[in-house]
Amino acid sequence: MRKLLLAAAIAAIGIGTALAADTRNQIRIVGSSTVFPFSTAVAEEFGKTTNFKTPVVESTGSGGGLKLFCAGIGLGHPDITNASRRIKDSEVAICAKNGVSSITEVKVGFDGIVLANSTKAKRFELTRKAIWLALAKDVPDASGNFIPNPNKTWKDVDASLPAVKIEVLGPPPTSGTRDAFVELAMEGGCKAFPDIKAMKKTDKSKYKAICHAIREDGAFIDAGENDNLIVQKLEANPDALGVFGFSFLDQNRDKVQGSIVDKVEPSFDNISGGQYPVSRSLYFYVKNAHVGVVPGIKEFIDAFTSETAWGPYGYLADRGLIPLPVDERDKIRSAAMSLMPYAK
Amino acid sequence: MTDAVITKKRAAPSRSRSRARAEKRFRFYCVGAVLAAVAFLIFLLTSITLSGYTALLQTHVRLDVTYDAAVIERGGNRSADALMGADYGALIRQSLMTKFPNVEGRKNLRRLFALVSDQARFELRDRITANPDIIGKTEPIWLTASGDVDMLMKGYMRRDVPEGERRLDNQQIGWIDLLSSEDSIEKRLNVAFFTHADSRTPEVAGIWGAVVGSFYTMVITLLFAFPVGLMTGVYLQEFATKNRWSRLVEVNINNLAAVPSIVFGLLGLAVFLNFGGMPRSAPLVGGITLALMTLPTIIIATRASLLAIPPSIREAARGVGASETQVVLHHVVPLAMPGILTGTIIGMARALGETAPLLMIGMVAFIADIPQSFTDPATALPVQIFLWADSPERAFVERTAAATLVLLAFLITMNGLAIYMRKRFERRW
Repeated sequence: MRKLLLAAAIAAIGIGTALAADTRNQIRIVGSSTVFPFSTAVAEEFGKTTNFKTPVVESTGSGGGLKLFCAGIGLGHPDITNASRRIKDSEVAICAKNGVSSITEVKVGFDGIVLANSTKAKRFELTRKAIWLALAKDVPDASGNFIPNPNKTWKDVDASLPAVKIEVLGPPPTSGTRDAFVELAMEGGCKAFPDIKAMKKTDKSKYKAICHAIREDGAFIDAGENDNLIVQKLEANPDALGVFGFSFLDQNRDKVQGSIVDKVEPSFDNISGGQYPVSRSLYFYVKNAHVGVVPGIKEFIDAFTSETAWGPYGYLADRGLIPLPVDERDKIRSAAMSLMPYAK
Repeated sequence: MTDAVITKKRAAPSRSRSRARAEKRFRFYCVGAVLAAVAFLIFLLTSITLSGYTALLQTHVRLDVTYDAAVIERGGNRSADALMGADYGALIRQSLMTKFPNVEGRKNLRRLFALVSDQARFELRDRITANPDIIGKTEPIWLTASGDVDMLMKGYMRRDVPEGERRLDNQQIGWIDLLSSEDSIEKRLNVAFFTHADSRTPEVAGIWGAVVGSFYTMVITLLFAFPVGLMTGVYLQEFATKNRWSRLVEVNINNLAAVPSIVFGLLGLAVFLNFGGMPRSAPLVGGITLALMTLPTIIIATRASLLAIPPSIREAARGVGASETQVVLHHVVPLAMPGILTGTIIGMARALGETAPLLMIGMVAFIADIPQSFTDPATALPVQIFLWADSPERAFVERTAAATLVLLAFLITMNGLAIYMRKRFERRW
């Protein structure tokens, strides 16, 4: 009996290794956790309505996804990677070094990053400057010298805000949402100081350090990658604010409300129209060398960029993706369908 | 002298009283610790059960659907391909519009169509491909309602908050109330949850894909870890000469048992995927990786069980002329088997609940097809829980808890089996 089991085990491994990497009949997608809900929705629809297998989508984060994507050409490597930011020059270089020289960039829509609090409390009316002053590690004092952030309550930051302790639950540094929050909200507020803005030209690394550093004295709390958990914590603690993607606000409107930033409310229309300041674009990248080798890649791009998916009334909009303007959609779709290689 | 004796006599009862008190206090602390542990366990189980049991039911809507030949056949073509590709959503929309003829305008119609799950069209497709003769007829059919309707019916969506803070507005709730007054909306057993694989749409998402993935993974884990662990344990305990090298191996095995599981995932990524060229996300790789993690547990359990066999058994076997291998294989190992199997099952139960190593080898992924073989992409039960816990849709909350209950049921069964085997086959010497 035991001999039989052992033989079976060895046989299983043998077959497994033989099958490995020689054939693959489904698309493999990796990348951003922000794009994950949209990418999986398209993958599922694609699998159910075509004769292709459902693509396998992994949520690895934007950076992790691009690393896997750029590792090489061949069936052991993914075909598509999602990103909640644009590919960096350094990543394009790594890709090229590993033979992934031709990639197609597809911009799929926008995502707003919201600061929300419990509906039990009053809605916040913030500015990016107030956000930076509340959450920066070092802020300028009256004479312009940088001191560790002394602000304890929102009132200390801006007299029009309530005298509530600053307590912000946000994503950890590994998250793309955190990167975008730091870049759009924090840096946006930091630039409001002319002195600091001038520093960008003279001392870029110091400028970055000052604008991007989040305080570590307990006012900003790393709440993990799970945005549902942040929503639950906000419900339990009406004084706290949480940072997460617009789709979570959209799904939990009875529990949380999005703060107004620079006089603009985070709503579908404001993000799609570009008025809401803390929003970013979402992308996916296609490895052109795999098109035609792995079946269905072109059809998948077609499915993702069809109006029923990414249009203003498409199923992705129902899931919280903010669509691009119509002329941009047309342009990107035709470029994507002809697999136009990425150029800066 | 007499004084001293008296003091001693007086002191003795007071000391023994204080000792008795200390004893009582100690027992009280111990009972307290047990009670705290039990309270946490009960809290965990009740909170998961309370938020998870509602996922056993799913709201369905009854609609009179006309299987319109013009929509389905598109020019009289009744081939399998034509039936696969037809627009079944149009049938549902048609039926809703017939039911609520007063709703007009694109925006309002969209809100009306949102009552039925976006995925219900595939239920119609399955119905018609299985039975093409019904084309052209009209029949009442129960279709899966959307996740939002389900949340409202289950009381997770509050009706008393202002309209803008709900996912369903007053008019939509009015339609739902109308349907429910006609008994056309009801909660039925959620078959999809137990038969489907993962989906982005909570109302049709199921755990079967993850259960099958876990099963394949565990089969591979058992096929690897058990023989290798058993033979390693037997060799180290029965045959190896005690020298510096065997001690080194022993220390390393004990250390491996304490290595964080993610490290095994990194090993799996480096060795099986990057070097061995095995497919990503496959239960084959997941199983071997988890087997590496389970090995130390099995080796340690094997050695402990072998050590517990009294020397008299070995001596008696040698006394009747058995060779060293015969002593071990015919006498010692069979007697130690209950303990070895208990250790194996406990190790497997731990592997079943593990996600971290699977993350590295790509099994933490959205996989909507139920795996058919050891090399198909698959996920596992704990991974499914992790993925659902991170999804924005409200209806995933109860499904996350329900999937946790399923995982707990498997773990309790496995641990129960381990206890049963120990009780049933254990020999006392």
